[in-house]
Amino acid sequence: MELLAFGKTGWGDELFYATLMTIAVSITAMLIGFLFSLIFTPLKLSNNKILNFIANSYTTVIRGVPELLVIYLFFFGGSGAIMYVASIFGYFEYIEINAFITGSVAIGIISGAYSTEVFRGAINSIDKGQFEACKVLGFKKYIYFFKVIMPQMLRLAIPNLSNVWQITLKDTSLISVTGLVEIMRQSYIAAGSTRDPLFFYSFAAVLYLMLTFLSMKLINKLEYKYSRGF
Amino acid sequence: MNIFKKTILTVILSFLLIGSAYAGKIKIGTEGAYPPWNSKDASGKLIGFEVELAWTLCRYIGEQCEIVEQDWDGMIPALIMRKFDAIMAGMSITAERQKAISFSQGYADEVASLAVIKGSPLEGMETSEGINLTKKTGAVKKDLKTLTSALAGKTVCVQTATIHQNFLESGDVGKVNVRTYKTQDEVNLDLAAGRCDAALAAAVAFSDYAEKSGKPVVLVGPTFSGGAFGNGVGVGIRKDDTELLNTFNKAINQARNNGDISRIAIKWFGFDASM
Amino acid sequence: MDTGLMVASLPKLLSAAVITLKLLSLSLIFGLFIGLLFAILRLNKNPLLNNFAYGYSYVFRGTPLLVQIFIIYFGLGQIEYLRSTILWVVLKEPYWCAIIAFALNTGAYTSEILRSAFQTIKPGIIEAGKSLGISNRIIFYKVQIPIAIKQSLPAYGNEIILMMKGTSLASTVTLMDLTGVAKYIISTTFKPIEVFIVAGGIYLFMTFVIHNLIKYLEKKFSYQ
Repeated sequence: MELLAFGKTGWGDELFYATLMTIAVSITAMLIGFLFSLIFTPLKLSNNKILNFIANSYTTVIRGVPELLVIYLFFFGGSGAIMYVASIFGYFEYIEINAFITGSVAIGIISGAYSTEVFRGAINSIDKGQFEACKVLGFKKYIYFFKVIMPQMLRLAIPNLSNVWQITLKDTSLISVTGLVEIMRQSYIAAGSTRDPLFFYSFAAVLYLMLTFLSMKLINKLEYKYSRGF
Repeated sequence: MNIFKKTILTVILSFLLIGSAYAGKIKIGTEGAYPPWNSKDASGKLIGFEVELAWTLCRYIGEQCEIVEQDWDGMIPALIMRKFDAIMAGMSITAERQKAISFSQGYADEVASLAVIKGSPLEGMETSEGINLTKKTGAVKKDLKTLTSALAGKTVCVQTATIHQNFLESGDVGKVNVRTYKTQDEVNLDLAAGRCDAALAAAVAFSDYAEKSGKPVVLVGPTFSGGAFGNGVGVGIRKDDTELLNTFNKAINQARNNGDISRIAIKWFGFDASM
Repeated sequence: MDTGLMVASLPKLLSAAVITLKLLSLSLIFGLFIGLLFAILRLNKNPLLNNFAYGYSYVFRGTPLLVQIFIIYFGLGQIEYLRSTILWVVLKEPYWCAIIAFALNTGAYTSEILRSAFQTIKPGIIEAGKSLGISNRIIFYKVQIPIAIKQSLPAYGNEIILMMKGTSLASTVTLMDLTGVAKYIISTTFKPIEVFIVAGGIYLFMTFVIHNLIKYLEKKFSYQ
């Protein structure tokens, strides 16, 4: 148990910060995923065949290829791509993107593919009558989307989004390739240094279980809040 | 469509704000998991032969330096991706690697050796003390034959993307069941767990592990150098960075002439491993 | 874009894909049995068995697969006592350690899928069977299981695809599956993008095949 002590000799403090990092990356990745779904969900629902194809390729590819490959591909190809895009805008210096952003965006891309599917499904299952009623009443598109459709969509989406959150949380264990120190990497370092993999990986499992447990409690509260009035 | 352009621009600009560009500072990448070449102390600080040598070289170069940690299997791609400007991670100079990057002159050399757990049937092999694979003399060929029959069908563990892996797969010791691991630590773990009949890595890596873990690890067979094992360890530099290459070569010469390399080598290896 | 490399690496990657499929099928077969077992335990009235099954599924679904593999491979390998037992014959090999980890993981998800499938069977069907005098056992085997299988096909199809992606983690414990070989080729050619595109393409193809296979099975089993 002294292995877990805080301070110089114990690994407790490193693991604590690693846990915070895991939470931070998961939240950031989830939000980035939402950004992606903001772009791709309308594309998926649109009538334009080309936009449809782009969005479908995104969700099919990202959900069909192992996360390890996506993360590797993004890590090795991503900064090159970003620098290329930046050079179009006239910025030629090399850009250093820190590990946190790299890791979060990599997982965000994956999370976004799942979120896109969730939102698409949620919007599709809203009664078409709602859309028609808004049109009949003469509401502008932006207004009726945010005031009428979105609240209903969120209620339907939240259970599935909690699944996406679980996936995102567990996928953060795969970004050690970027060098980011989250739970898995810190346990790896500790296990290597103390040559006690059983203890540290089991403890990592405990940490993840704790995060899962807390997430479930919070999400249940959210579900309750959004189900009011139904 | 204007809003799309604005969003993309904002996203990139925010990356720029969060990232940063360092001009005039040299970033050196190392693994931090290959003692005594490079490793981390209890507080997580990078230490080791190359870390100390890097600071010395930077003093001669006269620039500010920063040492960056990077996993071994992503070392060369990270260099090419400009995550850092030089590699000092116990990386041997091999023809294969030179296809992708340039190397400075060698600053130190390591010999490789097989290691087993005490009591293994591989102990007590009848071979010479050390062989150099660049010149395949009669003695070298005889030792390779001994090794081939001793290792036939056995499982030998190595770190991935290393000269040790290349040697085992070169056919010089026949058909061996090679297992590759992400770090030398994992190799050591499985060797101690009895999953490997033997492991191949730098001789000093095994003596360091035996010392720190107390596990009964013994070196067997001859020490290897040359051939697939490359020609010493050098600084890895991007191919188009010729200026930096010259800078490092000059600094290495200075460090060698002033006896720095030997001094630091003796401190970390216990013997003069400098070139 | 080095298309030459992409073509050259294809044969090696394809034979590695065979290993991925082997890992996948063995894990799924064992996982299915484990899942069925725990689904039954979950539905049992006995709170001890019930909670044990719930605990198992909670732990294996709430922790990353990577952690599970590492505990089974590196963690168990560290225990000196285990090395002297007969279990070591199995645990020594990374192949079997990976399959055990995968099977336990997919078993947890499968048990949830089967459990919810069992629970959504209309009670009327079971009552009808009982009123006809059919024993509980036969009802279970001849009525409940077939219905549960049909109900779970979509969700289980998803699980198969998720497991196939999971097998890529075998590369973290020295196994040369599709991802492992891809990483190896990259480490010698230093061209990550080309190799990953080919490897990713092979995974996508396998996903496509599995997806369509499940759709076909769904059609075949629906008698409505």
